[in-house]
Amino acid sequence: MSGRTALLSGNEATAIAMRQARPDVFAAFPITPSTEIPQYFSKFVADGETPAVFVPVESEHSSMSACIGAAASGARSFTATSANGLALMWEELYIAASLRLPVVMACVNRALSGPININNDHSDSMGARDSGWIQLYSENAQEAYDQFFIALKTAESVGLPAMTCQDGFITSHAVEPVELLEDGKAAGYCGTWKPGRTLLSGPVSMGPYDGAEFYMEHKRQQSDAVSQAFEAHARAVREYGALSGRLLDPVEEYRLDDAEYAFVLIGSSAGTGKDAVDRLRERGHRVGLLKIRLFRPFPAEAIARALSGRRAVAVMDKCDGFSGSGGPLAAEVAGALYGTPAAERPELRPFVYGLGGRDVWVEEFFGIYESLRNPWAADAGRVEYRGVREEAPV
Amino acid sequence: MNNALEVRWHGRGGQGAKTAALLLAELAYEAGRKAQGFPEYGPERMGAPITAYTRVSDAAIRTHSNVYEPDLVAVLDETLLGTVDVTRGLKDGGRVVVNTPSTSAQAALLLGLPESRVVAVDASGIAKGELGKPIPNVPLLAAVVRASGLLPRDEFLAALREAAAHKFASKPGVVDANVRAAERAYEEAVHGE
Repeated sequence: MSGRTALLSGNEATAIAMRQARPDVFAAFPITPSTEIPQYFSKFVADGETPAVFVPVESEHSSMSACIGAAASGARSFTATSANGLALMWEELYIAASLRLPVVMACVNRALSGPININNDHSDSMGARDSGWIQLYSENAQEAYDQFFIALKTAESVGLPAMTCQDGFITSHAVEPVELLEDGKAAGYCGTWKPGRTLLSGPVSMGPYDGAEFYMEHKRQQSDAVSQAFEAHARAVREYGALSGRLLDPVEEYRLDDAEYAFVLIGSSAGTGKDAVDRLRERGHRVGLLKIRLFRPFPAEAIARALSGRRAVAVMDKCDGFSGSGGPLAAEVAGALYGTPAAERPELRPFVYGLGGRDVWVEEFFGIYESLRNPWAADAGRVEYRGVREEAPV
Repeated sequence: MNNALEVRWHGRGGQGAKTAALLLAELAYEAGRKAQGFPEYGPERMGAPITAYTRVSDAAIRTHSNVYEPDLVAVLDETLLGTVDVTRGLKDGGRVVVNTPSTSAQAALLLGLPESRVVAVDASGIAKGELGKPIPNVPLLAAVVRASGLLPRDEFLAALREAAAHKFASKPGVVDANVRAAERAYEEAVHGE
């Protein structure tokens, strides 16, 4: 059933998954807090534990370019990055997606400058949410490990790139128990990528100018592939569940059955939130939690199903969308709920929390719950910042 | 959490607080417990105050936050006592393990705690003697293990030898020196009355 279990950091667990998934090419430029991933991987290469080619480059623009070139030639291609590194890849992200190349990236979430900060929030990958990449977010090192395989399988089934995201330092640098697959089982799950036409398979043009005559048809095909990614992801999850015993559905419902109130969030704070839910439940409060793993494509139906009928839900963003009404998760969840009957639709409160590594502990959830249960003050804005000092420190 | 132990480590960059926090998690994990170890990251540099944490429990650990109410606080550098509020949030009855050549009574005075809640060990002195350099993390870890009752002495030393052998595969001499330092610190740590 399973391989060994070890106490690993999220970065090391991810690097092991990347080795086990048998890439042909790994191109990367180091950036905190994802640096350890290429570091571990390059050691695997040096020690002969993988036949992959490690391509050290001079920037993230180049690492993504190298992945695109390699994938266009039919090579399974991986990279890892964070924050400003992801930002430097920007135009290449769109190119990888529109060329339909299943590059897989481990993104270790870090606040995107400025002011410059190396700690965790989701402002880096959330900015890339509309680039055409599949996005999976992980609560802990185990999920970061597991979801790398699921991302790869989904990506290669539909011909789209995918990124797995985990919280910088919080899970990337914390050691936790992780159950690993045996190498053979992992390889069997990942199989071999069978690309269609590649740069090496005969005359083919990739990335030429695409005028108004065809551009929209190509975008429509890309959009269809994203829609197909739901089913491909569900299949990848089922197969991975059969292999590992761990089921990583697009959303995870925690004690929601009879809940009147719910926290909705992604990433490592979901685990802290579950402990908060348990403690609130002990005191008789009917509260639950909805964790979102798959953010692109966005599982709107599952989210609407899970949340409809609740009294109020706190949608917690680890980045501000600067829309004046909260972050991207709040906006997307609001969109998902719009289609539910008005009588069933919960009140939605957007919260912004944990920016730039501001720690989020169990008590923070108690505060959010209190706020959620009370009517909003008339002078309140449309988004509530949590864990922020309202006055300058003395 | 079941039978939980939460430890906060205070040190200065270069003293191995992160390594100690992760090592304690590894020892607990190898002994069959659930464990989590992590540093609080910032722009670290040699000599600057840093914090790291270890959680141990019989149940799976889901919380991903810093430790605010530690059962034990480990202080790798006694000069921090004047600048960092190391006892902040310390649980009732929680203890502080301090690297100091002073007595537990003197350390207790500095900490404002009864002597019974302070453990003093000259981790830097022991490290200097056994390793030739004053890196106090492994000896202090030994005192923490003893104060927490996490592992019996011999089991701890055997597990430490194994973990160190993995970490210092190319330098077997370092393994022996670290285990000797740990053994001395385990014995020499003075648990206040």
